[in-house]
Amino acid sequence: MSAQDLVARAQKWSKEQPWRLYGSQISVLVRNEVRRNLFTRRRIGIYLLALVPALIILTHVIFDRNQPAGPAQIEEDTQILAGIVQLYYFRLGIFFACMAIFTWLFRGEMVERTLHYQFLVPVRREVLVVGKFIAGTLVAIALFETGLLACFYLMYSRFGSAGRSYVFEGPGLGQLGSYLLAAALACIGYGAVFLALSLLFKNPIVPGVVIMGWETIAPIFPSWAQRLSVTFYLKPLCPVSLPLTGPLAIFTVVAEPVSPFLAVLGLLCLTIAILVLSCFLIHRMEITYTTE
Amino acid sequence: MTPEARQIVFENVSKFYGEVLGVNKVSFSLDPGITSLVGPNGSGKTTLMNLLTGLIKPSRGAIYVLGLTPHQPIEFFRQVGFCTQFDSFPPGTNGHDFIYWPLRLHGFGHDQAAKLTNEALERAGMAEVARRKVAGYSKGMRQRIRLAQAIAHHPSVLVLDEPLNGLDPMARSESIALFQAIAKQGMHVIISSHILEEVDRISDRVVLMSSGYVVAEGQIREVRKEVQDHPMQILVRCSNAPRLAAAAFELDHVVEAKILNDGRGVLVRTRDAEQFYLLLNKIVSGGLVEVDAVAPADDDVNSIYQYLIGSDGGPA
Repeated sequence: MSAQDLVARAQKWSKEQPWRLYGSQISVLVRNEVRRNLFTRRRIGIYLLALVPALIILTHVIFDRNQPAGPAQIEEDTQILAGIVQLYYFRLGIFFACMAIFTWLFRGEMVERTLHYQFLVPVRREVLVVGKFIAGTLVAIALFETGLLACFYLMYSRFGSAGRSYVFEGPGLGQLGSYLLAAALACIGYGAVFLALSLLFKNPIVPGVVIMGWETIAPIFPSWAQRLSVTFYLKPLCPVSLPLTGPLAIFTVVAEPVSPFLAVLGLLCLTIAILVLSCFLIHRMEITYTTE
Repeated sequence: MTPEARQIVFENVSKFYGEVLGVNKVSFSLDPGITSLVGPNGSGKTTLMNLLTGLIKPSRGAIYVLGLTPHQPIEFFRQVGFCTQFDSFPPGTNGHDFIYWPLRLHGFGHDQAAKLTNEALERAGMAEVARRKVAGYSKGMRQRIRLAQAIAHHPSVLVLDEPLNGLDPMARSESIALFQAIAKQGMHVIISSHILEEVDRISDRVVLMSSGYVVAEGQIREVRKEVQDHPMQILVRCSNAPRLAAAAFELDHVVEAKILNDGRGVLVRTRDAEQFYLLLNKIVSGGLVEVDAVAPADDDVNSIYQYLIGSDGGPA
């Protein structure tokens, strides 16, 4: 089959698809999933994961309010913030929150014995995957961007005019933008991984731990293997490098740096590939609650 | 429209859960009307319904519903409504939302979805409690709200897994009337039950299942005749058991009359219980025998299964 035939077939297929219906179905799914995932007491643990650093910084602000607020202190706090974002948010907070949110999207419905309702409506299972993924991503991004913004505000607001100057006239705002972008991409990337794991395994906790190990040791593997890790794409987006030494350095090492543009593109490609796998997996899924 | 496009067709369908048999080599086709899947617990009724609606996939064979398969979900689920046996609901939902949001997924706009929701709630007799949380519903109400969801989009094929479970007599009779009304509109209504008598009077045809196999299938009249031919066991506790046994043996329809070990009663197997009861009345009124108790020994559905399909009706 020639390339022209393929393109013609793809165009025909695209024209036959009820895209408007898919769009409205996704918006309904997102609305219902966000309500189920965001506004529930079960999610208190995830709120904590997102907001604990802000609470720690708030404590720091309260107890160290009499410390001098010069440029050196701003520089030190910038390093602390970089550590919080790179070592806590990207490595732990977003990772575990995405594990909780995205594995629950389908597996949770299996446990609650409600997934059959989703499978008995005229919705393509691929649309279901996309709708749930978007909902999970919105929830994760909303929580962690809020946490990041709170950290950033608390970190620099105590410096008064020097802090404002650092944020609005210095590199502060750019750093914030990079962190927000990287956090959003982390939610998307980890989210896709955990969504796929929940469709592959009945108990995605163990594979989740394996993924965490992989994300940690990936820098010591060949560059093609590193491209299969989410953190590989996040590191180039971090605006402040952490001068860590010893075992902790493995968290920050950039074995083969890529440009931020390629990092974003690469992570999006990885996410799409994992979502395609999820669409394949969801077709194999059967409602067998008794075996859960 | 071709006959296949109006039928539900099972073509040599088998389903195995690993080593465990769900259903095996099931082949039949159903015309519109009320069809009952009847069999003991574990006979494969729910498996067959789950296969029909695509909740599980056949290990072998193919299933067509009005010429469609669950691989075409948009067209398929506009035609099919399934009221499952799973007594679980999305957390925090109320009766109205439980029906309204799936209708939005069908592609209905707000007004149309709200109209269909109210209509379904009315038909299921749930309009007054629609805004209450489903978690606070009784079992019968939960059953009816699931039924309301299954019929809300006016499907051509309504699949109901044990739909009368948990319903009080009034709700049962209303539900049965609803099924009959839907079937009269030329639709398929497929009902599963482990109680043959429950669906006997409303079914156009019956599919009898046992241990994953379809053991009988056809018009309800044929099955009913077989059931009537089934010798019924009647236990009579009485004085002068040999006299009663001798009198019973004189009747053509009595196939066995066994005196109990304690000598204080007779176990009779008869093809015509009515006639035997008449004889018993005559003997009692003649003062020949003093009767302490009379009870059908096997007047339950399991004995009918035992007769029809060679199973005791216990879990397979």
